Amino acid sequence: MTEERYAADRRLIAILALLVAVVSVLYIVVGLKSSTWRYALSLRVPRLLAMIVTGAAAAYSTVTFQTLTNNRILTPAIMGLDSLYVLLQSLAVYLFGAGSVVVSDPRLNFLVVIAGMLAFAVVLYNFLYRREERGLAFLLLVGIILGTFFQSGASFIQMVVDPNEFSVLQNRMLASFNNMNTGILWLAGILLVGAMIVIARQLTTLDVLALGREHAINLGVPYDRVVRRLMVVVAVLVSVSTGLVGPLMFLGLLVANLARERLHTYLHRYLLAAAALISILALVGGQFLAERVFNFAAPISVLINLAGGLYFILLLLKESRA
Amino acid sequence: MIELRDVTKKYDGIPVVDRVSLTIEKGTVTSFIGPNGAGKSTLLAIISRLLRQDGGEVIIDGIPIEKWGSSELARRISILKQSNQVNLRLTIRELVSFGRFPYSQGHLTAGDWAAVDQALAYMKLTDIQHKYLHQLSGGQLQRAYIAMVIAQDTDYILLDEPLNNLDMRHAVDIMKTLRALVQDLGKTVVTVIHDINFASCYSDCIVVMDQGRIACSGGPQRIIDRSVLCDVYELDFHIETVNNQRICVYY
Repeated sequence: MTEERYAADRRLIAILALLVAVVSVLYIVVGLKSSTWRYALSLRVPRLLAMIVTGAAAAYSTVTFQTLTNNRILTPAIMGLDSLYVLLQSLAVYLFGAGSVVVSDPRLNFLVVIAGMLAFAVVLYNFLYRREERGLAFLLLVGIILGTFFQSGASFIQMVVDPNEFSVLQNRMLASFNNMNTGILWLAGILLVGAMIVIARQLTTLDVLALGREHAINLGVPYDRVVRRLMVVVAVLVSVSTGLVGPLMFLGLLVANLARERLHTYLHRYLLAAAALISILALVGGQFLAERVFNFAAPISVLINLAGGLYFILLLLKESRA
Repeated sequence: MIELRDVTKKYDGIPVVDRVSLTIEKGTVTSFIGPNGAGKSTLLAIISRLLRQDGGEVIIDGIPIEKWGSSELARRISILKQSNQVNLRLTIRELVSFGRFPYSQGHLTAGDWAAVDQALAYMKLTDIQHKYLHQLSGGQLQRAYIAMVIAQDTDYILLDEPLNNLDMRHAVDIMKTLRALVQDLGKTVVTVIHDINFASCYSDCIVVMDQGRIACSGGPQRIIDRSVLCDVYELDFHIETVNNQRICVYY
């Protein structure tokens, strides 16, 4: 009986993988002309890779974060982590200037900002775990306030800096889907693989963590150490996705919950794979539509945030009734 | 053997558990009783390392609790809290299989599954093992959690208010099971119980706590006594002996 359910889940994951492959090929191939194919490929392949890395990072970070907080509504994005990335970027330009190596070298810049993200992850960890139990509403409120604070801080700094520096910031640092920061693609990919390896070694521990803190400790999980390590991994993953394409408010929430709803299992082995595939499918498929069908008229981030926002409200309503 | 030496826990400077020293013998049922806020649950959480004490020592089988490895200790002592809401889509069998995590880190062997089957049978859950947790009644759910603890197969089993929200029949079932765990499998059971009569009838040792301290401890015959209980609970107790059991009437 249990085996049948797992078989259905495996089938679903296989179908998702197939769809991702099809959409990826479509994204690369459709509209190639014999005269410009080399140039087109040099643009499309890095973009496709960037979307795959971003999608996987967003899904892995959200599913892991939700399991750590035992909550299906909280996501790193809702706790303001990706807005912090933009703030740290702006802060780097403000403090060091656009000409400095910290800003002009995309890889070094990426690493410096990640260091800042890790520091914040530790603070967030302390806030979430060292205090007595807080209600969900309180945590959500804190997240929304932090997110708004980081965003306003970033806009403030962007207004204060020299206009020339601002244009540098806008062009290079504040990535979006139509302006992906493919300069850090390899570095981001390596970080993603590293993070995925750390998570892969904790898959069954994640299953136990989903039972909650007390059960996890009872079953012999070295709770504080494991959670701290995974929070750091989440911060790295958020940096990866935000660094490549900018803040993705609702993507993680959407795909993590879809995976949890569609699959019949609590096993992270399946949940993470399904969420990552749904995420990549949404990004590549969405970008394909946005570029080739809507001719860039509707940015994909708007589409995702629209769908995600509606779903988020639905979830809140459902949770409040439960 | 579990030894507590001057165990203290403070919240905002106010001691909730205040220099408690106690020895819990192997192969017994020990019940903690006392009014709300006496520190019973906190003490149980400290013994099972869910909370860290601010002072004093918890020594399990001769080794201080901090010195134990997480997994190793999880094979020696287990705890079931009163509020163990799990929001996962789990079947009983899957829940019980978590009990084997300290042994196999989630990669269950045939021996682990045998232990799961045994635990299910012991709690008479074999027929409904594929039901989801959210489909269960309160009594079935409590039995499922106890089956998980049995699958964990620890020497010491700690239960925080295992009878909460159970009707009389289910409560008696659970207490009989706990006694059987001690008699048949040689376990040591430590519980927090609010119903004094259950504590009286099923315990080898009763520990009365009041305001973070141990007011007194001993066998039921000695503890279930007017002079002891009236003071702690600030109620007028009437105590009878029925079938050799001490029964309190305080309604």
